[in-house]
Amino acid sequence: MSALSTTVLGVAEHASGSSSTLLTNLAILVLSGFVGYAVISKVPNTLHTPLMSGTNAIHGIVVLGGLLLLATGDDLGTGTTIILFAALVFGAINVIGGFVVTDRMLEMFKAKPEPKKAAGDDEKGGK
Amino acid sequence: MNGPLASFLTDANFKSVLYIVAFSLFIYGLSGLTGPKTAVRGNRIAAIGMSIAVVATLLVDPFHNPVLIIIGSLIGVGVGVPAARKVKMTAMPQMVALFNGVGGGAVALIAWAEFRTSGGFDVTPTYIVVFSLFSAIVGSVSFWGSNIAFGKLQELISGAPITLKALQLPVQALVGLVAIGSAVAIATGSTSEGLMVLLLISAGVFGVLLVLPIGGADMPVVISLLNAFTGLAAAAAGVSLDNQALIVAGMIVGASGTILTQQMAIAMNRTIVSVIAGGFGGGGGDAPAGAAGAGGGTVRSTSASDVAIQMAYARLVVIVPGYGMAVSQAQHAVKEMANLLESKGVEVKYAIHPVAGRMPGHMNVLLAEADVPYEQLKEMDDINGEFKRTDVSLVIGANDVTNPDARNKADSPIYGMPILNVDESQSTIVLKRSMSSGYAGIDNPLFVDPKTSMLFGDAKASVEAITEELKAL
Repeated sequence: MSALSTTVLGVAEHASGSSSTLLTNLAILVLSGFVGYAVISKVPNTLHTPLMSGTNAIHGIVVLGGLLLLATGDDLGTGTTIILFAALVFGAINVIGGFVVTDRMLEMFKAKPEPKKAAGDDEKGGK
Repeated sequence: MNGPLASFLTDANFKSVLYIVAFSLFIYGLSGLTGPKTAVRGNRIAAIGMSIAVVATLLVDPFHNPVLIIIGSLIGVGVGVPAARKVKMTAMPQMVALFNGVGGGAVALIAWAEFRTSGGFDVTPTYIVVFSLFSAIVGSVSFWGSNIAFGKLQELISGAPITLKALQLPVQALVGLVAIGSAVAIATGSTSEGLMVLLLISAGVFGVLLVLPIGGADMPVVISLLNAFTGLAAAAAGVSLDNQALIVAGMIVGASGTILTQQMAIAMNRTIVSVIAGGFGGGGGDAPAGAAGAGGGTVRSTSASDVAIQMAYARLVVIVPGYGMAVSQAQHAVKEMANLLESKGVEVKYAIHPVAGRMPGHMNVLLAEADVPYEQLKEMDDINGEFKRTDVSLVIGANDVTNPDARNKADSPIYGMPILNVDESQSTIVLKRSMSSGYAGIDNPLFVDPKTSMLFGDAKASVEAITEELKAL
């Protein structure tokens, strides 16, 4: 593994405290903000609810924080374990419920009695 | 786990690559949401990205607490999936608020756990503490605020704006308390868990007081704002945990939520700050004296059979749905009525105000559920020019978004808010439960307009009655 990629990706396990990690993460933060802005400003009013619901599901990514701390945490103690367990449950509800409900909503927008069917109809499950 | 495969899988760079794949899928998936045809696939692509991110996170060696992780995930699935499957489309704003709330709660809890595992605020470098505190506070605000929003939408709590002057001082005090507490925590590197809990609780109370005074009509702005909050909190948690997937996903949500909030506020001609500051015209003293101040005009009441005749012989009917349609779940009845009108050669369109209902795009979702063709749903700017040639505007449980005072009366609390120009149409029929004013609590001169007639009653019952009369014609 090259030192460059370690720095660019900001995942150096040894460097979690260095200022370069902070700067890398801040750069990612700022760029993501612009990406969010660019992607979303094109969404029509009609799809605002699914958009909100979809982004709602995506911030369910906080579940990763719970997973990470639980999976790497040796001997966390009862209190911390309970807190993390609750966080995991909350995050999982957020992410799974969010995606399912968005899917349900969007299906309604798609299931129109239109002559031609929208592309991608048969790719149920997406994979 | 051991062997070369295990060490490859748990390599930090491999994990980073998976994260990059994951957030590429988020971005690609979200950009699919720009059109109704690509949206379903976009959402699923984002979900696949999420699965990849979860798998990447779990590639650690040694792997602790596997049983807890499995049980926790199963509970999440067991609660989230049935809730998402069963919720009625009319209850969607509550559901979104609730899912948003648990997300915010998760961020706050993670920050708390992080505090406990790292032994307090005494972490170097300091920026980790700053971001962790931010995620704790904003996450807690979002959790409690969303729960209150849920309570209001579910009508467990009064949906009307609660403006208590007495609340202003405690709110300011809370903001001060949180600010000072955070400053102390950062400056002293305190290891006191009491301080952390105090901050979480103060932020929570602040979240409650933030949403409690906000009226139902402002809910689209609030829900969107809380969504943005949770996203920003997640991004901050990502910085403090040094987890790039969290940063990217959280920040995308934070940015998009902020834009959406801004758009909603613009659609009401109000600033986000003024929405948060509480109910319409919160300055006090300018509240008109209820029904007596209805501009001196008289209200004309009509019957379902009259409405049916009027619409059956119209060329163009524009349906203006509002929260009343959602409450009485009238969308299917509306669609049936529209079908009947169309079979009689009447052109039917729907005029959708950006903030009609209780969340952004609320009406569109309900009408989509009832299979109303996408093309018939007109946004405000597209339909406003057409009201002049509209024979009948049928307003179903919408009020403030049709109030001509917003255009004409400079001292009206909603003056300047873009509205649907229903009053320009040849005639207007308003379906309404009673003569009470809307959430904004202000009179609507549209109701006493000579061209307007009112059909009182539950929206769904009224629409069904009109449909029956149409069939008989």
